[in-house]
Amino acid sequence: MKLELRGITKRFGALTANDHIDLTVEPGEIHCLLGENGAGKSTLMNVLYGLYQADEGEILLDDDVQHFSGPGDAMNAGIGMVHQHFMLIPVFTVAENVMLGHEPTRLGGRLDLAAARAKVREISERFGFDVDPDAVVEELPVGVQQRVEIIKALSRDAKVLVFDEPTAVLTPQETDELMAIMRQLRDTGVAIVFITHKLREVREVADRITVIRLGKVVGEAQPTASNAELASMMVGRAVDLSIHKDPPKIGAEAFVVHDLTVIDAADQVVVSHVGFTVHAGEVLAIAGVQGNGQTELVEAILGVQNRVEGSIRLDGRELLGRSVGGVLDAGVGFVPEDRTDDGLVAEFTIAENLMLDRSTGAPFVRGGTLQLTELERFAEEKIAEFDIRAQGVTTHVGRLSGGNQQKVVLARELSRELRLLVVSQPTRGLDVGSIEFVHTRIVQTRDSGIPVVVVSTELDEVVTLADRIAVMYRGSIVGIVPGDTSREVLGLMMAGEKPAEVAA
Amino acid sequence: MTDVGTGSAGGAEPIHSQSSKLDTIEPGQQPNARRDPEAPFGNNLLREIMSGGAVLTVLAIVLALVVAAVLIAATDSGVQAAAGYFFARPSDLFVAVWNAVSGAYVSLFQGSIWNFQRTGFLVQIAPLMSTLTFATPLIAAGLGVALAFRVGMFNIGGRGQLIIGAAVAGWIAWSFPMPPVIAFLVATIGGLVGGALWGAIAGVLKATTGAHEVIVTIMLNYVAFYLVAYGLRTQGLLQAHGSNSPVSPGDLPNATYPKLSDLITALGGPATSYTVNIGFLLSIVATVAVWYLFSRSSTGFRFRAVGENPRAARTAGINVKWVYTLAMIFSGALVGLAGADQVLGTTTTGFNSGVDAGIGFSAITVALLGRSRPWGVFFSGLLFGALQAGGYTMQALQQIPIDIVDVIQSVVVLFIAAPPLVRAVFRLPKPGSTRRVRRTPAAVAEGNVK
Repeated sequence: MKLELRGITKRFGALTANDHIDLTVEPGEIHCLLGENGAGKSTLMNVLYGLYQADEGEILLDDDVQHFSGPGDAMNAGIGMVHQHFMLIPVFTVAENVMLGHEPTRLGGRLDLAAARAKVREISERFGFDVDPDAVVEELPVGVQQRVEIIKALSRDAKVLVFDEPTAVLTPQETDELMAIMRQLRDTGVAIVFITHKLREVREVADRITVIRLGKVVGEAQPTASNAELASMMVGRAVDLSIHKDPPKIGAEAFVVHDLTVIDAADQVVVSHVGFTVHAGEVLAIAGVQGNGQTELVEAILGVQNRVEGSIRLDGRELLGRSVGGVLDAGVGFVPEDRTDDGLVAEFTIAENLMLDRSTGAPFVRGGTLQLTELERFAEEKIAEFDIRAQGVTTHVGRLSGGNQQKVVLARELSRELRLLVVSQPTRGLDVGSIEFVHTRIVQTRDSGIPVVVVSTELDEVVTLADRIAVMYRGSIVGIVPGDTSREVLGLMMAGEKPAEVAA
Repeated sequence: MTDVGTGSAGGAEPIHSQSSKLDTIEPGQQPNARRDPEAPFGNNLLREIMSGGAVLTVLAIVLALVVAAVLIAATDSGVQAAAGYFFARPSDLFVAVWNAVSGAYVSLFQGSIWNFQRTGFLVQIAPLMSTLTFATPLIAAGLGVALAFRVGMFNIGGRGQLIIGAAVAGWIAWSFPMPPVIAFLVATIGGLVGGALWGAIAGVLKATTGAHEVIVTIMLNYVAFYLVAYGLRTQGLLQAHGSNSPVSPGDLPNATYPKLSDLITALGGPATSYTVNIGFLLSIVATVAVWYLFSRSSTGFRFRAVGENPRAARTAGINVKWVYTLAMIFSGALVGLAGADQVLGTTTTGFNSGVDAGIGFSAITVALLGRSRPWGVFFSGLLFGALQAGGYTMQALQQIPIDIVDVIQSVVVLFIAAPPLVRAVFRLPKPGSTRRVRRTPAAVAEGNVK
C-alpha cells in the first residue's frame, strides 16, 4: 500500500509543529524520517495515526483520501505503529497482548485464545521471530517485546508500519536484528516509515531519507550520504560531529570503586561486585543498555542507595556512608540522568536552581539569609558563560528547553570546586547543538585535571568521550577496555559476552 | 541570542519543548514508572491550588457569594411566601429576593467592617475591630498550615496542635506570676513550644518511618483533644482548683493579652468595646516572619525546594527528612500561636476542651484561600474573620441562619480548590494557553518559551 501525506500542517497555538509536509512512502521501501528531537517527526506520525487532526493537508492510502478520527480508524486502514515505549501489558502473555483490542471470541463471548495463539505462531514463523505465544511479556527481553509489538501490528494486516525511535532501548546486536526484520518486512511489500535521529542506522537501512527540521521538510538525502552531510541537513548548518579531544594527560589514581554491591528495595542485587579506577584527567565511560545497574551504581556513589557494600574512595577518602550533602561537599559534581526529576526544580528560577546544592554558607547565604544580589550576579554570569537561552535569571527552569535545562545543571555543578565529575546520560533528549556544547564542557573538565565518569547508553557518546570504557551487564562490569575499542566488541560486551581479545 | 539564522539551538528548541509537552498525550509514552517514593500524596493538587492567580481567588469569592445569595433567598421566609403566589404577582418574588439578599449582605458588611447606623467614628469602626479579633487566631493557624503546604505536607493536625499550644500557654498563664508584658510573652512562647512539639511528632514519624503526616496528624488531633479533656477533669492537672466542671483556671491578669480598648482608656481616650488585642500584632509579626522565611532565608529556600521537588532536593544534598521535621515544628509552632491567642486573648477566664473552636480546621481553609502565601493567608484570615463577625449580625438582624456563613466559607474553598471549574464558569483561558498567546516570534527565537 502506498502512503502519501500531502501538505500536512499542524499548529499548536502560534507554533507550527508541521508545516506543509509532503511525504510519499512506496510499498516495499524503508523510508527514513530523520530529524532532531522536536523537529516534528512524532507530531507528524501522530497525525498519521489519527491522534491529532491535521489543520491542513490530507492523508492518502493508495490514492484514496483518508479521514482518521482515532488510532482505531488508522489501524483498520492498515497502518500499524511500533512505539518507542511499548504498548504492552506486562503480565499478559504474548497471545493475550496481540489480541488485545480486537479479541476473537467464540459463542457466548468467550475469548478464543487458541485463534490468537495460532495467529502469533503463524506470523512468528513467517518472519522467523521465534516468539512463544504463551510467554509472559514482562519476562521477555526488550528486543523480543519489540517483536511482539511488530506481531501485534502485523496481526491487524498492517500494510504501512511506522517505527518510532525503535532502537533507543536496544543493544547494538538487537538493533541489527531489528534492521534485518525491517528489511524482511520490506521485501514482503510492507511500506515502512522509520523515525530516528541516529545517523548510522539511517545509512544502514534506509532506501530513501527525508529530513525534517523545525517542522518542515528540508530535503531528501541518499543513504550513501555521509554522517556529516546528514547531520548538517538535520541541524541546518555544518556540524562537527567529532569534538576536538587531545590525548588525556593521565594523572594519579583519584576515584577508586572497589567491590561495590548494591541491593535494591526489592532485595535484588542490582550492582554486583563492581570495581574500577578513574585517574585525574581521564574520562571513564560506563556503557551498557539501559537498566543494567548503571543508575543504581551512580546512586550509590551519590549516597542515595541504602544497602551498599564495598568501598568508594575519592582521593583516598571514603565516600560510602556519607549523606548526599557529604558526598557533594567532598567535591563530587553530579549531573543526574533525569534532569527534570532529579536535577532541577521546575518551578524555581534559573538563579534558584543554580544555588540548589549550595544553600548553606557562602557565597549565596550569609547568616541564614539569601544573598540575592550575589546570586543574581552569579546567575547572569553563568547564563552568559554557558549560553543558556532564557529571558533572564528569573525565568522558570520548567519553561526552558531540554538543552538549556541541561546547561543549567552543568553550570551549577561545574562552578563548584570539583574533585570528581559524575555525568549520567549527559545528552539524553538534547539537540545536536546542545550535545556539542555538553560534550565540549565535559572534555574541558577532564583537561583541567578532574576525573570524569560518564554513564551513557548511547554508544556514539561513549565512543566520543571515553578514554576508557567499562561495560555493564546485569549489574556487573563485563570488562574495561580502551576508548578506541570497536563498536562490534562493545556491542557484544553490552550483551554480556566477553570477547577473547578483551583482557580480564 | 536573537539571531535565528545561526542560533540553530535557539530556533530548534521551542519546537522541541513543544513536542515534548505533546508527548505526554502520546500513546507511546509510558507513565513515569519511577515516581518519587517520598513525594507526598496530593503534591500535584497542592501545586495546582497554589499556582492559581489572584484573579481566580477573587472570582471564587464572587462565585461563593452568588451561591450563598441563592441559599439566603431560598431559606428566607418572605421569599418562600412570595413564591407561593408567584403567578399572581411575580414582582413580589423578585422584591422579596432582593430584600433578603441585599439585607443579608448589608448586615454582613455592617457587622464586619463599618456600622453606618451608629454615630461617631469610634463606634462605627467597632465591627472592623471585631473582625480583627476573629481573624487573629485564623491568621496564625492558617500560616502554620500554609507553611506545611509549601513544604509539600498536609498538616491536618491544626486542632491538636492548637489544643496543646493553648493548654501549655494557659498553664503558664495561671501558674506563674510574672511582671506585665513578660507574663504574656512567656505564656505565648509556651504556646509556640507546645504546638511545635505536637507538630514535631508527625514530622519525626514521617522522616524516620515514612508514616504519612495526614494520618498521623488526624490521629494526634484525637490524642490531644482527649488528653486535654482528661486534664481538665483532673484536679492537679488542668482543672480549676475546687471546680467540678471541666474548666481550667483563669489567666493571671498580667498574662492576658492587652486589649486595644484598654490601651485607649489608658491613654486617656474614651471607653470602647474593642476586643482586638496584642495577639493581632503577633499575627502580623508571624506573617512577616513567614514571608522572610520563604523569600529571604536559606532554610525557606530548602523548604520550597523540598516542597516542589523532593527528589531534586535530595540529589542536591538537602536533608529532606530534617526539612520535613523542621517544617512540622515551625508549622505546629504557628498553630500553637493561635492556641495561645485563644487562651490569652479570647477565653481568658478559663477554657474548656472546646478551646479549639474549629480554628484548627478553618486554618486549612484559610491557607488554601490564601494560596499558602504569607500575605495571602493574612488577607484570607481577615476575610474569614469578617465572615464570622458579620455572620452574627446577619443572624441577629436578618434572621439568617449562621450556618449560611459556614456555607459561604466552604463554597469559597470549594471553588478555590477547583480552579478549572471557576475558569469554566468565567470562561477564562487555561494557564497553558495564556502562555501560548505570549509565544511571540521574538520569544520563540530566543528559545525560552515552552
